[in-house]
Amino acid sequence: MPDVLTYVLHFEGAFNKNSLGAVSEGAARAEEIGGQCHALVLGGDDLTDELCSSLGAYGATKVFRARGPEGLAQPVIDAMAKAIDDQGHGYALFGGGLLGFEIGAGLAARKQAGVTMEVTSVRAEDGKLVAERPILQDSQISVSRYRGDLGIIIGRINAFEVVSRDGGSAEVVDLDIEYSSWSTQASMVQRGEQRGADVDIEGADVLVAGGRGLGQAENFKLAEDLASAFGGNTAVAATRAVVDAGWYPYAAQIGQTGKTVAPKLYLAAGISGAIQHKVGMQSSENIVAINKDANAPIFEFSDLGIVGDLNKILPKLTEAIKDRKGS
Amino acid sequence: MKICVLVKEVPDAAVEKRIDPSTGRMDRSGEKNLNPYDTHAIEAAMQIREGGSVQVDEIVAVTMGPESAVRALHKSVSLGADRSLHLTDPALAGSDVAATGYALSKALEKEQPDLVLLGQQSDDGECYTIGAVVADHLKMPSLTQVIKMDVDGGSLRCERQAEYGYDTVQVEMPAVISVGDAINEPRYPSLKAIMGAKKKPLETVSTGEVGIESGLVGEEGSRVQCGDFHDPPAKAPGQIIEDEDTNETVEKIVAWLDERKLI
Ligand SMILES: Cc1cc2nc3c(=O)[nH]c(=O)nc-3n(C[C@H](O)[C@H](O)[C@H](O)COP(=O)(O)OP(=O)(O)OC[C@H]3O[C@@H](n4cnc5c(N)ncnc54)[C@H](O)[C@@H]3O)c2cc1C
Ligand SMILES: Nc1ncnc2c1ncn2[C@@H]1O[C@H](COP(=O)(O)O)[C@@H](O)[C@H]1O
Repeated sequence: MPDVLTYVLHFEGAFNKNSLGAVSEGAARAEEIGGQCHALVLGGDDLTDELCSSLGAYGATKVFRARGPEGLAQPVIDAMAKAIDDQGHGYALFGGGLLGFEIGAGLAARKQAGVTMEVTSVRAEDGKLVAERPILQDSQISVSRYRGDLGIIIGRINAFEVVSRDGGSAEVVDLDIEYSSWSTQASMVQRGEQRGADVDIEGADVLVAGGRGLGQAENFKLAEDLASAFGGNTAVAATRAVVDAGWYPYAAQIGQTGKTVAPKLYLAAGISGAIQHKVGMQSSENIVAINKDANAPIFEFSDLGIVGDLNKILPKLTEAIKDRKGS
Repeated sequence: MKICVLVKEVPDAAVEKRIDPSTGRMDRSGEKNLNPYDTHAIEAAMQIREGGSVQVDEIVAVTMGPESAVRALHKSVSLGADRSLHLTDPALAGSDVAATGYALSKALEKEQPDLVLLGQQSDDGECYTIGAVVADHLKMPSLTQVIKMDVDGGSLRCERQAEYGYDTVQVEMPAVISVGDAINEPRYPSLKAIMGAKKKPLETVSTGEVGIESGLVGEEGSRVQCGDFHDPPAKAPGQIIEDEDTNETVEKIVAWLDERKLI
């Protein structure tokens, strides 16, 4: 069947941007193969008729609504499996994010389906959808074709653009789910905790980003000093490795489970350039990286790469920029 | 309780990875190592054992892979596992993520673990998803990317970063948990442990012995076919400066920034 089912994540009454991208993408590709795009949402009373039907504006014709615990993958697997059993969707599509990975993979197990993750592009070919995934640090692209009744496509973050259409409104269908016993064996204690200070990195023109190469939390001072030397609309950002380690606040994190930024200048110090970080900053206008490892992946997508020790370079660079500003 | 840790042999980080154009599979020749994330999973198992709040009777390292993968098992045992299970069969070659997860779940069923731990990602596959596949087959609750895990009787209190910040999730065992590298600092194996690793029990099983349906694994059983490997659009390479004289390097950086009116 040519219909596409997407999962739409929400938090505090708003839909996730990447999920909306998945709906837009699903609608566009389903049309090409003669199908429709449906969405599935799962949560509590905040999923009102009005909110759900608003997904029609991104191209969904039908929205399945299930009541259940939010933020966990396994209840969604039960719900999507039910919707697919009822409607015979040919594809399940997810925007980037963590839950999409877990749900898509669990669904693949449940439905004996093929799954491809980190997909950057989907296209129609002979009435079927095929997915492109960059592999090996983005040095190659691999094309996935699906066998069987269901193909599962998990997008890379920011891969699918949100496209709103005029006047679309989706039909809302309540799904009655009997959750699997194991789906109810995990429960959310606290969701979306913000650790550390609330900082704004999305609005900055210049971002100095620090990674594990800084060596210790205190060395973020090197990044902060450089940022203040630039002055103006400048901020300090971080990788997940250092946020998880408690060196810097979560609000400053760039990447798949952090912020997406596109400053005029992004300067990385001690960052390897993992894909999950890259997806959050690759649209920056100018990318400068300082890393002591000449083979660090970040040099593959830097405009200016400096192979060297940040402990030596950052303090001198800070002074030089101060001087330059002063003159 | 019994903990099974899923471990995988991957190309060493220093080896350039590539697709073998003749088979469309990853070229797995060259130096190999235990997937670094899996050492964090073994360490997590050791810390549960040493934490003493529950009794851990056994830690079993489990892998699916060719003959050479026993090295990953030896390494796992040197890091603390008590014994290991090696699922190996030519019929498994070419399995996709779903098929690999299914096969591993059958091997795990034989062991009946109370907890399955694994790494959040493999250095070569980078699918982040084996745990979710395994969990659905085993009918166990599951969480991936966990960076803090406390055992509390029969359940685990886990923390991880998700789309909107940090989530704390209570998971009842038996469960499948994939761990991130921030969860712990793996220990180094002692020389004695390295020397003794080959003497610890290692069981080898084939697909039939653990009830794997042959139609669901290997290239034939995989529902995804990967092919048409090609290069991404070429991007102009950036300029590289090797830092020899830092004053000079800094001058060059400032000039580069100046040129683009970034200061
Ligand atoms: C599902 C998922 C989601 C993720 N989400 C995110 C995300 O949102 N954001 C994110 O950033 N990551 C994310 N990650 C993690 C990501 O894969 C990497 O682990 C992380 O980005 C690495 O951070 P890092 O570059 O600081 O550390 P490392 O990879 O450890 O790199 C440190 C670098 O510092 C260099 N270095 C060391 N010392 C020096 C020195 N003295 N001078 C100069 N250079 C030095 C080293 O050569 C190395 O390249 C995610 C992972 C997964 C699986
Ligand atoms: N063939 C395998 N045998 C055992 N464990 C595996 C295998 N493949 C993946 N894993 C486990 O799954 C984790 C995630 O791998 P991946 O989904 O490939 O990123 C790894 O860190 C391992 O713990």
